[in-house]
Order: sequence, then C-alpha cells, then structure tokens
Amino acid sequence: MLRFFLTRVSLVIPTFIGITLLVFCLIRLVPGDPIETMAGERGIDPARHAELRAQYGFDKPVMVQYGLYIWRVLQGDLGQSVVTRESVLTEFLTLFPATIELALCAIIFALVIGIPAGIIAAVRRNSVFDHGVMGISLTGYSMPIFWWGLILILLCSVQLGLTPVSGRIDVLYYIEPVTGFLLIDSLLSDDEGAFWSTVRHLILPTIVLGTVPLAVIARMTRSAMLEVLGEDYIRTAKAKGLPRFRIIALHALRNALIPVVTVIGLQVGVLFTGAIMTETIFSWPGVGKWLIEAIFRRDYPVLQGGALLLGILVMTVNLLVDLAYGLINPRIRHTR
Amino acid sequence: MTAETMETPAVAASTATPPHRFKEFWGYFSANHGAVAGLFIILGVVLVALLADVLAPHSPYLTNPSNALKPPFWQEGGSIAYPLGTDPIGRDMLSRLIFGARLSLLIGIVVVTISIVIGTVLGLVAGFFRGLTEIFIMRLMDIILTMPSLLLAIVIVAVLGPGMMNSMLAVALVILPHYVRLARAAVITETSKDYVMAARVSGAGTARLMFKEVLPNCTAPLIVQASLGISTAILDAAALGFLGLGAQPPSPEWGTMLADAREFVLRAWWVVTFPGLAILITVLAFNLLGDGLRDALDPKLKRS
Repeated sequence: MLRFFLTRVSLVIPTFIGITLLVFCLIRLVPGDPIETMAGERGIDPARHAELRAQYGFDKPVMVQYGLYIWRVLQGDLGQSVVTRESVLTEFLTLFPATIELALCAIIFALVIGIPAGIIAAVRRNSVFDHGVMGISLTGYSMPIFWWGLILILLCSVQLGLTPVSGRIDVLYYIEPVTGFLLIDSLLSDDEGAFWSTVRHLILPTIVLGTVPLAVIARMTRSAMLEVLGEDYIRTAKAKGLPRFRIIALHALRNALIPVVTVIGLQVGVLFTGAIMTETIFSWPGVGKWLIEAIFRRDYPVLQGGALLLGILVMTVNLLVDLAYGLINPRIRHTR
Repeated sequence: MTAETMETPAVAASTATPPHRFKEFWGYFSANHGAVAGLFIILGVVLVALLADVLAPHSPYLTNPSNALKPPFWQEGGSIAYPLGTDPIGRDMLSRLIFGARLSLLIGIVVVTISIVIGTVLGLVAGFFRGLTEIFIMRLMDIILTMPSLLLAIVIVAVLGPGMMNSMLAVALVILPHYVRLARAAVITETSKDYVMAARVSGAGTARLMFKEVLPNCTAPLIVQASLGISTAILDAAALGFLGLGAQPPSPEWGTMLADAREFVLRAWWVVTFPGLAILITVLAFNLLGDGLRDALDPKLKRS
C-alpha cells in the first residue's frame, strides 16, 4: 500500500515541473510588452520603462526568470496582477469561492439527476425511458454549453422572466463575506430576500455547468449498473427471493458506484473549463471570468498564476481520486 | 452445360468464405440506428459545405444596415428572401450558417489530421523504443492531459494570438495525447504477437515494422477516436470563437457568430439560436457516428 501511495505521489513532481514550465514558456511567447500595455496609450518614458522591467524581472535571461518564478511559486508568491497591482494569489482566493460554489451546485445537480436516471435506464434496459436517457445524455454531452446558457437565458429570463440574467445576487443586497459562499453568507445574514436572490441567480449557471457532467454520469452509471446486474451474485440474490428494490439499491448499486466515483473525480477538470464559459455568459464573478479578462488585458501574471493554480488543483484532485480508488480496489493497488 | 458446372462450385465457395469485411462492418454498423442517422447528417453537412456557393442565397459577408435584425420568414416582419432572418448588420443568417459549415468541417478535419499524424508517430515511437524515449513522450502527454483541455487551449491561443489557425493548433495539441496513448497501447499489444516476430525474423526494419506491419492493425481504435475527436475539435474551436479567441469576425464560424450575437439575445432570438443549433447537430452527429464505429469496429465490445 505504501509503495502504491509513494509511486503515485512521486509522479506528481515531474507533472508539476511540466505544468509550470509549460505555463511559463507559453507566457514568454506572448507578443507585445506588458509594461507598455500597462502604461496604456499615454506612453511611458524610457527610464521608467527600464525601471519597471527590472522591478518585474523582465530584463533577466529566460532561464533565470523561470528559476526565480519556481522559487517564488513554491513560497506561494504568484506575482502581482499587472493591472490591479493585487497579489495574484489573493485575487484568486477572493474569487475562487464563487467558482467552487457554482461547481459544487453543478456537480450536485448532475449527481442527483444523473445517478437515478442511469440506474433506472439500466434496470429498464431497452425501454423507452432507457432510450430517452441515452439520447438526452448524448445530446448533453455534445452540447456547446456557451450556447446552452444563452438559450436558457432566452427561455427562462427573457420569455418567462423567472431568473436573473447575470451576477450572483441582486445589487440591492450587500452581504458581508464570511465564507465567500454566498448561499451560506446570505443565510447567516438573516436576510431571507438575499438568500432567495442568491438561489435564483444560481439556477441557470448550475444547469449550464452541470449539463456535461450530468450526461457523463448518467451514461457511466447505466453501463456500470448493466455490468453489475449481469454478475452471479445478483442472480444469487434474486434466487434467494430478495425484493427487487433491495437487490438494486443494496447489492448492485454499491458495486456499480465504484467506477462512477472515479468519473466524478475526473469531472473536476471539465467543471473548471466549463466554469470559464459559464462565468463568461452569466458575468459570474469567479476565476474563469477573471482568467478570460486577464487574456484581453494581457495580464501575464494573472493568466500564468490562474492557469497554474487550476492545473495544480485538477492534478491534486485526480491524484486523490487515484489514491481513493486504490484504497477501494486492491486490484488497482497491486498492478504497477 | 459446362457453364453451369462451372458456376455451382463458385456459389458454394462464396457461402463458405466469411462475408466481405465491409459487409460485416456494415451489418454491425447499420444495426445502430443512431449511428446511421449520424452518418446521414454528416453527409448532409458535407454536401452543404461543398455546395455552399450554390446553396447560399446571399453572400455571407454582404452587410445591409436597412435589413438589420429581420426575423425568420414565419414570423411577422420576416421575408422569404432571408429565410432565417438577418443578423445585427443585415447579413443573411442562412448564408452565414451554410458557409459556417465549411469552416467547422475544415476545422474538425484539419485538427484531427494534425493530431492523428503526430500522435500516431509519437505513439509508435514510444511503443517501439520504450525506455527513456517512451517515458519522456508519455510524461509530456500526461502533463497535457492534466490541464483541463479548454483551459490549455485558451492559454495557448492567448499566447499565440487569437485567430482560426492558432485555435486549430491549440485544439490539435490538446487532443494529441489521446492518439499517442491509443497508438502506443496498440503497438505494445501488437508487437508481442507472432506476425511481428515473423516480420522481424525475415529482416524487416523498424520503420517497416512500425508503419507497414503494426500500424494497419491499430487503425480501428484510431478511426473511432478520430470521429469522436472531430466532434471535440468542432466544439472546442467554437468555444474559442465564442470567447473571441478563435476565428475572428466577420468570419461566419458558428462560435464567432454566437459571440457577435450575444448582446442581442434579448431582442432577436434567431441570431443566437441557429448557430448554436448547427454546432449541436454537427457535434452530435459525429458523436453518434463515433459510438456506432466503436460498436462495429471494436471486437471486444461487439454484441456486448
């Protein structure tokens, strides 16, 4: 077990170096000078230009810059935004709860609908329901979510007037950030209106971001269930005369959920990428929107730091899933 | 008389031999109605793309401010001259969608071709030479896989500069690892087989072994992945277009069209609805086709 654990963890180091190198090198290729971008149209005098270049370390050789960069990253210093002068890590941490809140809601939405739908589809194999679930999930899987968001705005906000178009909460409420999760903060504030406003703002982004994971989870649950339902111990359970519900809910589901758990872990990457699109459509103040804005402002440090942090997060979650899977399933642990 | 006696054994022989490979494939493939539907939709889109100049009623670039934001013909104020309405600067939606089909297919095919060619070569090399080469290649692919794919594509495009060419390169790089892994895995299972040993013993060089002996036997999974890859490529390129990082206006690329239309979502449903629908249908068709091909080509999953 220890050996398995150590091998998996040690694989993270080259990946970490790879990600930093990738992000670092790519950013160096950007055309245009960040100091001039920062100065804007007013221009900047050469002395101040040189001074700023030195201050941000742009005048050193590339390899030295990379070395310095890694050194600072390891100390948690991801540099400052060229635009706002805030530390990248601080900005990321301020905005990250919004993204996490959205991502959590989306994955819960996907699980609550996807797992039951997958189970029923498997139990009623080849029924109309099964074909319906498979059809819808393939459609969901093929969905351009940026368009899906616009269509939902068109239907729910414009036609029916049910949900707001953008943001996390109505402007008339001010909620003191405690946890950063508005659902919790607004509940704590004892302002019922603020809470419902938050909920209403969450509905559409949740559906949009949850669509692709929902499709994947439903398909995966169905195929895992089908496989398990064909096993001998299910036949034994049936032969013993156990009630059908008990067989499905207790005997089959428990084993079928193992691959599903892995798939859920692997959806984290999908969620973060989806969050970039979703946040852009709904003006959701999270890290996705922040990254896209950084691109158009040529804010290197933000793009660099944000991409690095998201990459590391996804890597860590994947590692945890891997380790958890090894714990559950000894067969994985013993194959090298 | 002689003609008859000649014929009989021929017929008997043909029933004894297994059905032609394509016939067998089609038997499995056509059992999957979704896949057949996907295939027909794709053929339709290909046809539209090829005949765009003939089919489109107007130029996709011709603006006409007096005709801005006309609704589709079945709505009040719409006219049959602009069947799906016009966009905010008076361009015909239908014509733009038709020319967009050309761009999307081109993007899908170019991206997948680039990745398949590079990916297969890298995978073959990794699978054949093993050792350090393999570790290096596979680690690099793992790193690419670790980054969320669209995020990586966004970073690459942000660096190279927005545009269709750069977004295609970015997407090609992002889907590359799938082909490398597939090719490598296939090579490793194939090289342990007797026919490769036989070829090696009879003096075939590494290049010949790689491309003439092993590669033809790994094509099935690569074809399946290619079909699924085209759908990913179209979707990701459209997403980049939507973010303003892909094809640039006035290009009638579907994602770019959506980006232009975004601010008019409250006023004109048609400028938003149709480009996205086109993306969804095309991507869905390639996914259906990919699923069908997998069922038909992958013997392990056959009839399961």
